[in-house]
Amino acid sequence: MSGEVSPADLHCGAHGASAGVGPRRAVPPGEDLVKGFWRENPVLVQLLGLCPTLAVTNSVANSAVMGIATFFVLVGSSLLVSASRRFIPNEVRITSYILIIATFVSIAEMALQALVPDIHKALGAFVALIVVNCIILGRQEAFAGRNPVGRSVLDAVGMGSGFMIAMLIMGSVREVLGSGTFLGVSLFGPGFEPWVIMVLPPGGFFTLAFVLLTVAWFKRRKALKAREAERHDVAVVERAA
Amino acid sequence: MTGAEGQSGGAAVPAAPPAPDEVKTSRLLGTLGVGGAVAGVLLVIAFGLTLPTIEANKARELEVAVKEVLKAPARYETLYVVGGALARKVPDGTDPKKIERVFLGYGTDNQRVGFAMVSAEAGFQDLVKVIFGYDPKTKQLLGMKVLESKETPGLGDKIEKDQAFVSQFAGAQAPLVGIKTGKRSNPREVVMITGATISSKAVIRIINSALKRLGPLVDAYPQEDKG
Repeated sequence: MSGEVSPADLHCGAHGASAGVGPRRAVPPGEDLVKGFWRENPVLVQLLGLCPTLAVTNSVANSAVMGIATFFVLVGSSLLVSASRRFIPNEVRITSYILIIATFVSIAEMALQALVPDIHKALGAFVALIVVNCIILGRQEAFAGRNPVGRSVLDAVGMGSGFMIAMLIMGSVREVLGSGTFLGVSLFGPGFEPWVIMVLPPGGFFTLAFVLLTVAWFKRRKALKAREAERHDVAVVERAA
Repeated sequence: MTGAEGQSGGAAVPAAPPAPDEVKTSRLLGTLGVGGAVAGVLLVIAFGLTLPTIEANKARELEVAVKEVLKAPARYETLYVVGGALARKVPDGTDPKKIERVFLGYGTDNQRVGFAMVSAEAGFQDLVKVIFGYDPKTKQLLGMKVLESKETPGLGDKIEKDQAFVSQFAGAQAPLVGIKTGKRSNPREVVMITGATISSKAVIRIINSALKRLGPLVDAYPQEDKG
């Protein structure tokens, strides 16, 4: 509420001082970490990374593995980009960032294929497509490329966790309604007829719309309560005067 | 951005271009070269570390599938399709992984129980890879399992999850015929899944074409070779 965020800032995931733009304010390290969880959640607030959010959240397991893979790529890329930011010329920074991101994505893909082959198979091309997830390139461009390693890693951990939270919310709603299970465990017994559409592409859009609506409702309610409290305070001051 | 401004400034004034241009180019090339080399080293390390596990996973998955479609044989051996016939060994200098394989299962009495064959063709979304067991003596299928498919979740993926569909293949007579609804009137018929007709047809087509291709080879494989 303290300051409006421009669409350009939202697009690259940069929010004023947190992105390292303009004169540097003293931001507590905890703030770099927690802002991605909810207040600047990359999916639910910034609406970035919607492609995997819609495509692979048809089960909780798929959502969790995609969240972990993206988290790994985001943290690894931010660490390397931040550590090497003084050596990368401005002219080739995007190319270098993409090279770094693609390296971590390839490593994540090989690790998934080795560790969880079934889920790797279920995720299909979407693991490789983490390269083009704009949350990751956005954080490199807006934060890791301009901030020290510690802050960049905290920012990446926060944003990666925020992405994972959004994926898990989507995956839980879709699996419970679309398959009647949670992590493969049946919840409603044989009498339940699963809403198959929820695990199909339209179900992704329905769920995302519902989740965004809920988030917007919560934010609006919070804002209204804050305004109400402000009015109350003003009234108390006026009465006292 | 500074580079772009510098270039536009240079175009406006027809004076000599900035001197450090060559150095800059070499630095750019150096940065990308070093970055590429580091990325290459990291990828090679990751590849080396994960490859044995990935190959072991694939081998384990195939082994489980072979045993499943051959109804838990006592043992099985791998045969290679070489020169239009089945052989136990590949020619020298050939990579066995690049040669089509058929798996011959034996019972506890050392009698053949059947052959397992792997084949892939296009389904509704992408390639569908199927393994199935086949007994050439009775011309009957022993079982079927989908190894790989990206068919539509909730619809096409029933070809691997719907037990009513999958169980029809055990005991079915080759060549198979797909029927839309109702009860099977003869062992050649397979009732396709409503809402997944293309995927169901793909499985039937894959099995029929694999049998057309590999059936004569299996029939011709000499009986006395019991291993």
